[in-house]
Amino acid sequence: MSNHTHKSNSHAEMMALAKQDLTTGVGRSVKHESAAKQVSGEAIYIDDRLEFPNQLHVYIRTSDQAHARVTRIDTSPCYEVPGVTIAITAKDIPGLVDIGPLKPGDPLLVEDIVEFFGQPLLAVAASDHETARQAAMAAIIEYEPLEPVLCVEQALQTEHFVSDPHTHQRGDSSAALAKAKHKVSGSVHIGGQEHFYLETQISSVVPTEDGGMIVYSSTQNPTEVQKLVAEVLAIPFNKVQIDMRRMGGGFGGKETQAAGPACIAAVIAKLTGRPTKVRLPRMEDMMMTGKRHPFFNQYTVGYDDSGMITGCEMKLAGNCGNSPDLSDSIIDRAMFHSDNGYYLGDATITGYRCKTNTASNTAYRGFGGPQGLIMPEIILDEIARNLGKDPLEIRKLNLYGGEGRDTTHYYQKVEDNVLPELLDDLEQSSDYQQRRQDIKAYNASSPILKKGLALTPVKFGISFTASFLNQAGALIHIYTDGSIHLNHGGTEMGQGLNTKVAQIVAEEFQVDFATIQITATNTEKVPNTSPTAASSGTDLNGKAAQNAARTIKQRLIDFAIHHFSVSEEDIEFRNNHVLIRDQIMAFADFIQLAYVNQISLSSTGFYRTPKIYYDRNTARGRPFYYFAYGAACSEVVIDTLTGEYKILRVDILHDVGASLNPAIDIGQIEGAFVQGAGWLTTEELVWNDQGRLMTSGPASYKIPAITDMPIDFRVRLVENRKNKEDTVFNSKAVGEPPFMLGISVYCAIKDAISSLSDYRISPALDTPATPERVLWAVQAIQQNSVKQSAN
Amino acid sequence: MISFLVDKELRVEQHPDPNMTVLNYLRQQLGKTGTKEGCASGDCGACTVVLGELDGDQIRYKSINACLTFISTLNGKQLITVEDLKQGDQLHPAQQAMVDNHASQCGFCTPGIVMSMFALGKNIGQPDKEEINEALAGNLCRCTGYRPIIEAAEKMYAVTTPDRFAIEQQQTIAQLRKIQPQQQAELSNGHKKSFNPTTLTELSTLLEQYPDARMVAGGTDLALEVTQFHRPIDTLIYIGEIAALKQIELSETAITIGAAASLTDCYDALNHDYPDLGALLHRFASLQIRNQGTLGGNIGNASPIGDSPPALIALNAKVVLRKQNQSRTLDLQDYFLDYKRTAQQPGEFIEKVIVPRASDNGEFRCYKISKRLDDDISAVLGCFNLQIHQGIVESARIAFGGMAAIPKRATACEQALTGAPWNMATIETAKQALLQDFSPISDFRASQAYRTQVATNLLTRYFIELETPDVTTRVTAYV
Ligand SMILES: Cc1cc2nc3c(=O)[nH]c(=O)nc-3n(C[C@H](O)[C@H](O)[C@H](O)COP(=O)(O)OP(=O)(O)OC[C@H]3O[C@@H](n4cnc5c(N)ncnc54)[C@H](O)[C@@H]3O)c2cc1C
Ligand code: FES
Ligand code: FES
Repeated sequence: MSNHTHKSNSHAEMMALAKQDLTTGVGRSVKHESAAKQVSGEAIYIDDRLEFPNQLHVYIRTSDQAHARVTRIDTSPCYEVPGVTIAITAKDIPGLVDIGPLKPGDPLLVEDIVEFFGQPLLAVAASDHETARQAAMAAIIEYEPLEPVLCVEQALQTEHFVSDPHTHQRGDSSAALAKAKHKVSGSVHIGGQEHFYLETQISSVVPTEDGGMIVYSSTQNPTEVQKLVAEVLAIPFNKVQIDMRRMGGGFGGKETQAAGPACIAAVIAKLTGRPTKVRLPRMEDMMMTGKRHPFFNQYTVGYDDSGMITGCEMKLAGNCGNSPDLSDSIIDRAMFHSDNGYYLGDATITGYRCKTNTASNTAYRGFGGPQGLIMPEIILDEIARNLGKDPLEIRKLNLYGGEGRDTTHYYQKVEDNVLPELLDDLEQSSDYQQRRQDIKAYNASSPILKKGLALTPVKFGISFTASFLNQAGALIHIYTDGSIHLNHGGTEMGQGLNTKVAQIVAEEFQVDFATIQITATNTEKVPNTSPTAASSGTDLNGKAAQNAARTIKQRLIDFAIHHFSVSEEDIEFRNNHVLIRDQIMAFADFIQLAYVNQISLSSTGFYRTPKIYYDRNTARGRPFYYFAYGAACSEVVIDTLTGEYKILRVDILHDVGASLNPAIDIGQIEGAFVQGAGWLTTEELVWNDQGRLMTSGPASYKIPAITDMPIDFRVRLVENRKNKEDTVFNSKAVGEPPFMLGISVYCAIKDAISSLSDYRISPALDTPATPERVLWAVQAIQQNSVKQSAN
Repeated sequence: MISFLVDKELRVEQHPDPNMTVLNYLRQQLGKTGTKEGCASGDCGACTVVLGELDGDQIRYKSINACLTFISTLNGKQLITVEDLKQGDQLHPAQQAMVDNHASQCGFCTPGIVMSMFALGKNIGQPDKEEINEALAGNLCRCTGYRPIIEAAEKMYAVTTPDRFAIEQQQTIAQLRKIQPQQQAELSNGHKKSFNPTTLTELSTLLEQYPDARMVAGGTDLALEVTQFHRPIDTLIYIGEIAALKQIELSETAITIGAAASLTDCYDALNHDYPDLGALLHRFASLQIRNQGTLGGNIGNASPIGDSPPALIALNAKVVLRKQNQSRTLDLQDYFLDYKRTAQQPGEFIEKVIVPRASDNGEFRCYKISKRLDDDISAVLGCFNLQIHQGIVESARIAFGGMAAIPKRATACEQALTGAPWNMATIETAKQALLQDFSPISDFRASQAYRTQVATNLLTRYFIELETPDVTTRVTAYV
C-alpha cells in the first residue's frame, strides 16, 4: 500500500476507513504468509538456492556397525575418484569435535568408538553429490566389533543410562497401593516415530572474508547452530551468521539434529575456502538422525469401587539412543504428563534415561509428553473394563477438580481446568452415547468387522521445562513509506508462526498484514534465541514482537502528543490510519512526519515468561505457565481376520484460548491429530538384530496418506475462552497439544477389540498398533473368551 | 537425440546422461527448483510433474514422479511443472484453491500436490471424494492432515473458465505433432546409452546387439536401481514408444494387454470383468506410478511381492514372450522360476498378457493386506478363484504374493478344496492344507506368523463373502 493512494483520500474517506475494523489483524484467518509462493514453486528452500560455480556437495559415510571400535579409516582411495576435493575425518575438525547440545556424546565424526549403525565417520566433498558418494564409499574402514545394547528393557535392567533417573513423588504410593481395593498393573512398549519432515536435513555454507561463515540451515535452532559451527571451527560466535527463511517441516527433528550437517559443511568450507552444501538423502537422514523416543512403561495403579484412582506407581523408561541429546528434558516431560488430565492420588513416577546403540533420539512434537500421557488412558481403559463401565465415565470421574484434587504429582496447581466442560460438550456434540449403542448393535450383527469408539482428553503443559529457554527477541523497523520490516527469533517450519507474529504487529500498529514484510530468521538480527519448540514459538516471539511494536508505538504517541499538542487519549491507531483528536492521517503519512521530526522508527523487543520455576531436587514447582486442553472422539472399524482398520469419524474440540488465527490453529490441530494417529498405528520403526534400521525410507516406513485421514473429520475450537494468563492476546499454544488427540484412535481400536470380550477385557496392545499387532490382540482376546466360556 | 516441450518451449537433448531422472534434469540442468525431492524413491509425490501426451487429436495429461522417470521418457511429450501454472500474477485454479483453503503449511509437499490436482482437473470434470483420494494417495503431506487439501481439490472446480493449457491446446498439439517420434531416438553420454525403439523389430535388434541392456517400461522399478542402489545402467532401452506393446484388446474370450500398457489403462480394461482386480489396481502404488508403470514391468521384475502376478495366476493368465519374430505362450505361473529368476531367455521380452474373460472364470476375489491401506507394498496378497457348482467346489485356483520367493499357487490348499462340499468344514481343512503350501519369511512388513495366519484367515473371508454377500467384510468398503 503506497503513500499515494492515501494522499488522494479525503478526510471523510479516511474517517470512514478508520471506523472499520482491520481485516487482517489478530483473530482473523489470514492466509499463511508464504502460501502463494508455495503453491507456485516460488518459495525458496535451501536446496533451491542458486549455487556457485565452485560449489561443493558432500556425502557423509556412516558406520555399518552398531557398536565397534574403529581401527582404521583410510580416505586415500576417495581421492582416486575424479571430481573429489576433500575427504575429512574427525582429526580434520579444527575445533570441538563433540556437538552434543547440553552434554557431550555426539561427535560430529566418530574418532574412536562407533555407537550406532548410521553414525557419521567421514565426509567427502566433490563437484556433485553422486561423485562424493562414490568416493566416500571407496574409503576403507575397519572395525573391531563390540557388544551392542539394542533393547530398552536390557538397558533398564543393567542400568545402562545416559543420565540418572528422576522421580516425582506425592504422598506414599506404596501405602496407597497396599490399601487399594483393586489394582491393575502391566507394561507396554510405546513405539518411536520418524519425523519425516518432507525436506530432509540440509545446510549450505559460504565462507566469509573474516574467516567466518554464512550458514543457510534448515534448523529450528539457529542460535545453537551458530554456537556449534563456531565451536567446531574454533572461531568466535560473532563470525558466524545463520540464516533460516523456512523449513520444509521440522516437528522437533531440526531442533538439535540440524547442527550436524551445518557443522560438517562449515568444516569443509573452512578447509577448502569453497561454498559447501550438505543435503542428506532420505535414507541417510532416516538412518543418521534420532527419532521420537520409544518407551517401555510399567505401571501399578490402585482404585476404588467407583473406578477412582487412589494410588499410582509408574516407571517410564525412555530409549534415548546412544547419547543424551535432549533426553533429560524429554523424559522429564513424559513424567510431567503421566497424569494427563487426571488426579493420580498418591503417586511415584520415575523416568529412566536408557542408553542403547541406536541413533540419538531427540525432540519430536510433544517432546516425550505423548509417551507419558498415553499411560493413564491405557490404565483407565483397564479399570473401566474390570468394572464393566464405559471408559468415558471412568475418565470423567478421574479428572482434576474438586477439593484436594487439583494439584499435580509435581505440585503445580491445575488452574482454569477446561476439561470437565470440554468433555461434556464433546460427549454431546459427538453424540457419544447414541453411537455407543449403535456400535454395539453393529458389532452384534457383523461377523468380521467390529467398530470401536473412544473419547479421550489432553492436558498439555506449555513452557520449556528448562526455564531459562523461555525468552525471545524481535526486531522491527518502520521505513519512511510506512512499510514495516519484522524479524524475530522464532523459525517458520510451516506452523504459521511468521503469519501470527505479523498479525500481532499488524494489530498493534493497526495496519494491514500486507504492510509487513517478514524476513528470514537471522542471528545477526535477533541474537541468542531459543529453539522454536515446546509449542512456544508464538507465545514467546509474538510477545517479543508485540513489545518491539509497543516501544515504537509509544515513541510515536509521545511524538504526536508533543507535535500536535494533544493528550495521549486523543491519539488512536485505527485501520491504517492515525486519529489525532479531530485530525486523521494515513499511517504512512504519519510515519513520514515522525521521521522528519527525528523519531527513531526501529526497535528490538524482548520477552521472558513469568511465574515459572522447577526445583529438580525436590521435584516440585510450576514448570508450566499454563495448560492447553483438548479432547477427541474417534470411531474406528477393525477387521478381526487381518487386523486392518480404518478411522471412520473423529470429532475434536480443542482449546487455543483466544485464537490468533483460527484457520492456522485448525490446521495445526488436524495435522497434529493425523500425525499422532500415525504414530500409534502404521508408523512402525523396525531394527534388525544388528541394530540397522530396516524401515529407512517411505517405502517401508508408512506415515499417514490421504486415505488414512478420518472419513468424517470435525474439528472445533473452544469458543469464548481466553487464556487466563497474560499471553499474547490471551491465546494458547497449539503446536504440540493436539498431537495427543491421536490417542483416541488407539483407544478406539482397543475398544473394538474389547468388544470381542463383551467389553470385559482391555487388550494388551503395544504401539504402533499395526494390523499385525491388532490381529494378535484380537486372537488373544478370542482365546481368552474361549477359555472363559469353557470354564 | 530426444525432443520434447518444457511447457511451450521446445528442447532438444542429445548428450544428457541417460541415467538422469527428470527431477535432476529440472533442478540441476534447467534450474527449475519448484519441483521438490522428498525421497527420490517414488513414495512421497513431492516431485510430481505432469506429462502431456498426444492421443489422437487430444492431449492426455498424466501425473508422474519426476524422480523415477528417466529423461528419455520425455521424447515427444510435453513436460509441465509447477512453475508453468501461474500466469503473470494469476494463480491457476488448482493453486488458488490451495491458498484459499489454507492447504499448505511447510509447503514442501505443495508443488507436487498442486500438480496432482492440476492433472486431476484436466482428466475429470467434477471429481468425487474417491477420485480425489485416488489422485492424491501418492502425495504425502506431513503437516496438514490432508483435510484442507481435499477441500481445495473439491473447490477448484468452481472455476469453469478454461485455463491457459486449454486455450493453447491447438498450438500445443501442433507443436507435439512436429516432435512425434518417427524413428528410433538415441542418447549417448560417455559409455552410457539409451534407445527409444518404435517397433518390435527395432527392439529385437537392440536386445541382440546389447545383451546386457535393460528394458525400461515405466521405470518405476528400474529407476530405483540408479537412484537408490546407485548402480548406473550402461544401456537402457525405453519401450514406451512401441505402439504394438501398448495395445489392449478385448475379445469374447480374452483381454489381451500389451506389456507396456500403463497400469492406469489396465485398470480400465480389467475392472469391468474383475472388480476385485480393479480395486487391487487402485491400491497398487499411487496414481503417479500407475500412470507410468506397466503390467510387463510388474511381471518382468519378478518380485515376490508384486501385486498383479498372484491375481493373474489365479485367473489363469498367459504371458506371451517374444524374441525377434518368434513368440511363445506360457502360463504366467510358469514364468516365475525362483527368486528374481524367470523363464525369460536372453533376447526375449514380454510382449503381452492374456487374461481370460470373466464369464467362465468362477468367483474371483483378491485381498491385499498391507500396513498402510494406500500406496504400500503387500505383506500378503491372497487371490482366490473357485468354481462352485451345486454346493461342490469344481475347481480352485489360489495364488499368493508375499508368501514365497515367487508369486505362487497354493496347490495343497487347492487340492483340499477341489471336489469338496462348499462349507466351513471344508474351509477349515483347506486352511490346514494351506499351511503346507508356504513358509513365508519375517521382515519389517510382517512376521512369518502373521503372514501365515492372515493367509488362512483370508479363506474365511472368501467363504463369508460368497455365502453372505450382504455382509461388509472389508474395512476398505468404508470410504
Ligand atoms: C513407490 C512405489 C510403490 C510401488 N507399489 C507397488 C505396489 O503396490 N504393487 C506392486 O506390485 N508394485 C509396486 N511397485 C513396483 C513397480 O511400480 C511395479 O512393479 C511396476 O509394475 C513396474 O512397472 P514398470 O513399467 O515401471 O517397470 P520398469 O521399472 O520399467 O521395469 C521393471 C523390470 O521389468 C523389466 N521389464 C519391463 N518391461 C518388460 C518387458 N516388456 N519384458 C520383460 N521385462 C520387462 C525391466 O527391464 C525391469 O527389470 C512400486 C514401486 C514404487 C516406486
Ligand atoms: S521425490 Fe518423493 S516421489 Fe519423487
Ligand atoms: S505442507 Fe508440509 S508436508 Fe505438506
